[in-house]
Amino acid sequence: MIAVVDYGAGNLRSVTNALAKLGYGMKITSRPDDILSAQAVILPGVGAAGDTMKSLEELGMVEPIRQFIAAGRPFLGICIGLQMLFTGTEEGGWHDCLGVLPGRVRRLPGGLKIPHMGWNQVKQKTAHPVFDGIPDEANFYFVHSYYAEPEDSSLVAGETEYGISFCSVVARGSLVATQFHPEKSGEYGLKMYDNFIRFALRAG
Amino acid sequence: MLTRRIIPCLDVKGGRVVKGKSFIRLQDAGDPVGLADFYYKEGADELVFLDITATPEGRDTMVDVVERISERVFMPLTVGGGLRNIGDMRRMLKAGADKVSINTAALRKPAIISEGAEKFGNQCIVVAIDAKRVGDGEVPRWEVYVSSGQEATGIDAVDWAKQAVELGAGEILLTSMDADGHKAGYDIELTRTISEAVTVPVIASGGAGTLRDLYQVLTEGKADAVLAASIFHYGTYSIAKTKQFLSDRGIPVRT
Repeated sequence: MIAVVDYGAGNLRSVTNALAKLGYGMKITSRPDDILSAQAVILPGVGAAGDTMKSLEELGMVEPIRQFIAAGRPFLGICIGLQMLFTGTEEGGWHDCLGVLPGRVRRLPGGLKIPHMGWNQVKQKTAHPVFDGIPDEANFYFVHSYYAEPEDSSLVAGETEYGISFCSVVARGSLVATQFHPEKSGEYGLKMYDNFIRFALRAG
Repeated sequence: MLTRRIIPCLDVKGGRVVKGKSFIRLQDAGDPVGLADFYYKEGADELVFLDITATPEGRDTMVDVVERISERVFMPLTVGGGLRNIGDMRRMLKAGADKVSINTAALRKPAIISEGAEKFGNQCIVVAIDAKRVGDGEVPRWEVYVSSGQEATGIDAVDWAKQAVELGAGEILLTSMDADGHKAGYDIELTRTISEAVTVPVIASGGAGTLRDLYQVLTEGKADAVLAASIFHYGTYSIAKTKQFLSDRGIPVRT
């Protein structure tokens, strides 16, 4: 079972529409038990990271998600779902996040329009199954004002330029996260979901 | 590099697209779902839907339309027109819209911007501004109009744009009422003035007649995105041709 985490916010419907289009069944869930029994977990997200963390805590999801990832099981974080993986975020004052990966989430530098909104290229830094069939520098749809700065640069599977070069894809084994929204990124975005789920089902 | 967005705008009334009759490849040019799918496949970067029905039944129909579109079209969708409160916004976002565009309601009760931004995130809240040039002084000024351009507010468009962003708007959808419908080009001065005054992206709207108009508003007008209706709906230019034209002139676009 593919679990899509419902914490009351997020762009759940877009994500479930994308999975349905690809022909995958899924369970939309706010129950901690469902996380641990899932073959793969998808954490979607839009909005503020601090609020997301608070919602996950209230639902009792924080520990199950940490355990799931620690066990090396397939996890996909989208946008805020990527930022949540790190130690903490500077958004709205410092907020601790899941702390699965060392690093902090910082505001994009001034001088350019914020949010970073629109289609931008992802430079592939490592070969990972999620990139199968997707050309280097393909465009994906971004909308965010903060970005993650991993301490371990080997986690950076994709990079994007917006004033600075920032980490737009994180990959470490079965843990994958994107700063952009694959569910809003046309055919390559759908391809990325398909790649992740195929990979997850093989791994599981 | 961030590409500039090309955004077709569809006016929907009672679940039907109002403009656009000349698509050879479409069996029903009035079906918003089919038209959205057409633009998705053509390579549009985003779609804006304006519900011009503004009746409760029309609103229900629009929710259904948005649901069906979001099942087929995997690109950003903005929905506007007659959204009055947080509940209206939530309904559209839950139906599958990524952003909601508010105009009259935002001006009458600016707190709706901050409430919406707090509940759904800044990136969801587009403030649409209809602006009309006033006076003939050396320094140009523009006045905000609401209620589909029927009502003058006396409010300065630049001031309102800045206030909307301070309150939490993630994007400004700026329409020049002087240029709209004339196909003689966007109001470059208005677009540049607003774009330089705010820190969020600005979508230029109103006046597109040729591809040069789009080029001009993206360069001189400093717009982050361009919205157009009739040049796309009536098949004057395809999305692909539009992007080719802009790309040939050094504008980064998604191809």
